[in-house]
Amino acid sequence: MTTTAVRPTAAASRNRTGETARLVAAAAVVVVIAVGSIFVGVSDVSLPALVANDAGAWEIFWVSRVPRTVAVVLAGMAVAVAGLIMQLMARNRFVEPSTVGTVESATLGILVVTVLAPDSPILTKMLVASVFAVLGTALFLAILRRLPARNTLLIPLVGIMLGGIIAAVTTFFAYRFDLLQTLSNWMIGDFSGVLRGRYELLWIVAVLVLVGLFAADRFTVAGMGQDFTTNLGLNYARTMRLGLMIVSLISAVVVTTVGAVPFLGLVVPNIVSLLFGDNLRRAVPWTALFGAAFVLLCDIIGRTIRFPYEVPVGMVMSVLGAILFLFLLLRKRNA
Amino acid sequence: MPETLQTAPRLSARTRWRDTIRSTPPGLVIAVLAIAAVVLVAVFLTIDLKGNIAYILPRRAIKVSAMLLVAVAVGVSTLLFQTVTANRILTPSIMGFDSLYILVQTALAFVAGAATLATAPSTLKFGLEILLMVGFSAFLYRWMFTGATRSLHLLLLVGIVLGTLFRGFSSLLQRLMEPSEFIVLQDLFFASFNNVDPGLLGVSAVLITLVCVGVWRMRHTLDVLALGREVAINVGVDHKRVVMRVLLACSLLVAISTALVGPVTFFGLLVVSLGYQLCRGFRHAWLLPIVVLIGAIALVGGQLLLERVFGFATALSVIIEFTGGILFLYLLLKGSLK
Repeated sequence: MTTTAVRPTAAASRNRTGETARLVAAAAVVVVIAVGSIFVGVSDVSLPALVANDAGAWEIFWVSRVPRTVAVVLAGMAVAVAGLIMQLMARNRFVEPSTVGTVESATLGILVVTVLAPDSPILTKMLVASVFAVLGTALFLAILRRLPARNTLLIPLVGIMLGGIIAAVTTFFAYRFDLLQTLSNWMIGDFSGVLRGRYELLWIVAVLVLVGLFAADRFTVAGMGQDFTTNLGLNYARTMRLGLMIVSLISAVVVTTVGAVPFLGLVVPNIVSLLFGDNLRRAVPWTALFGAAFVLLCDIIGRTIRFPYEVPVGMVMSVLGAILFLFLLLRKRNA
Repeated sequence: MPETLQTAPRLSARTRWRDTIRSTPPGLVIAVLAIAAVVLVAVFLTIDLKGNIAYILPRRAIKVSAMLLVAVAVGVSTLLFQTVTANRILTPSIMGFDSLYILVQTALAFVAGAATLATAPSTLKFGLEILLMVGFSAFLYRWMFTGATRSLHLLLLVGIVLGTLFRGFSSLLQRLMEPSEFIVLQDLFFASFNNVDPGLLGVSAVLITLVCVGVWRMRHTLDVLALGREVAINVGVDHKRVVMRVLLACSLLVAISTALVGPVTFFGLLVVSLGYQLCRGFRHAWLLPIVVLIGAIALVGGQLLLERVFGFATALSVIIEFTGGILFLYLLLKGSLK
């Protein structure tokens, strides 16, 4: 008995060192991409200019480029991790906050607060958006509980439709109050408006990602159902509430600061699971890193493809993400 | 307790009402719907008619003809699509047909230049678009419907994602164009019932009539097709050829309605579901006119209600999206709960 108990532990610790090394290497790659993205843009911010202590270059560096890259990394990590948590809770690989109505609900929340109290500070808007996001996601989870069989493809379909219905309500009122153009700012993620002083609330999601990292195992257990969870001595309702809060808060904060980033939370956790299997402790950091890298690349593509104009990252993401999603859907068909 | 006592008779009243409808001869249903449609059109044309009548009346006539054409195009194409795929949930729009049309148009503008496209003869342009769209959709949907697994849910999900992909790709291409070209193109797309191109109306009317004559002549074959692929083949229908032909008709109709007023995702689903509720049996000879009439009543009546009662301008498509989405969710859940 002792030998069997010891051997896996030894293997696990050996694995863990290798794992840490690989994670550090991957993080280094993300940092390299991030640094690279700092030097992409219309105004000249080149390494020689910075070394020569060009005041203008340094100013753009600190006011625009660094905040933008930080925002991209934070949003990428958070949205991907939110997708992973959503997938664990719904026990379905094809859901994420933008396919179950969370993002649409957050958008509706911002619209409501914009109509009722247009001058309210961004923190208030975020709070209202979060409340709406929680309600929308809870509605989805409630519908999910009433579905008799856990049909893999039915669940995302129901979620997409729910999102569509909420989006129709939002469009209706945006149209009535002449806010359609403002609305499109929230619906298509775009980092071009990120400047120092306008993105700092995104740091909130960094905290939420950390909470998600430590609670990830619980969401897996909670996804197994109420009885199973209770048998393991875990408070089912509290765990589901925690997951709901993390996913909704992340979505609301990201939508209010940069807009929706579609498919990211769906594609990244799936790719991570294809590459590394379903070990959850490992999946969370990898998902965060891949999410950051993916959004960084999409943002660089968006900035260079039509230079000197910019294509919003949400647009690039919706094309790339949809192609990847189709690939994931049809992969099983041929197998 | 008092609640259950109340609901019991109400429920039976509802079934009795449905039985009454089901036992009404389809001819009578069509007659009633036709009268309602004619009355609504007349009201739409004449309500609050004052001021410069010579100016207002033709504009209203254009608007109402566009609605009627869309009602025919969307109703017939959805019914055909559901018949061919033997289900009650798939519609051309949900499967991404109309976003495909917009993508084809954008891609053409991207390759040829929006300015060239805007000045090119509209019939030539329309012909080219239809050709590309039919070719592509035939390839795409034949591949999907003849695949090894034919899970309805997979098809639906793939269709919805394809629609998103087409839309995303169109907007990406639009962003990649010169800003001046983008503005020209934008004018081509965002048509609504309020600014329909009268030049397109004539061409569309002719095309829709031609397609409808063809469809009407196929109505008995369609009845057989609705029974499923195996039955149809056993009875001696050349399934592959007929399906191709129906898909061609669908592409044409979707292209026309999208060109006229832009995408209306759930309208077809709404109209055809209502049509099946009102029509006893599944004969296309009855279903086709019923579906078209319901479409006309919904569009003209809905627009009338919005404009005159609620004082809104063009939010009809949003309301269609909302109610259609709820109906879709209901059908989806009902189908899977069975």
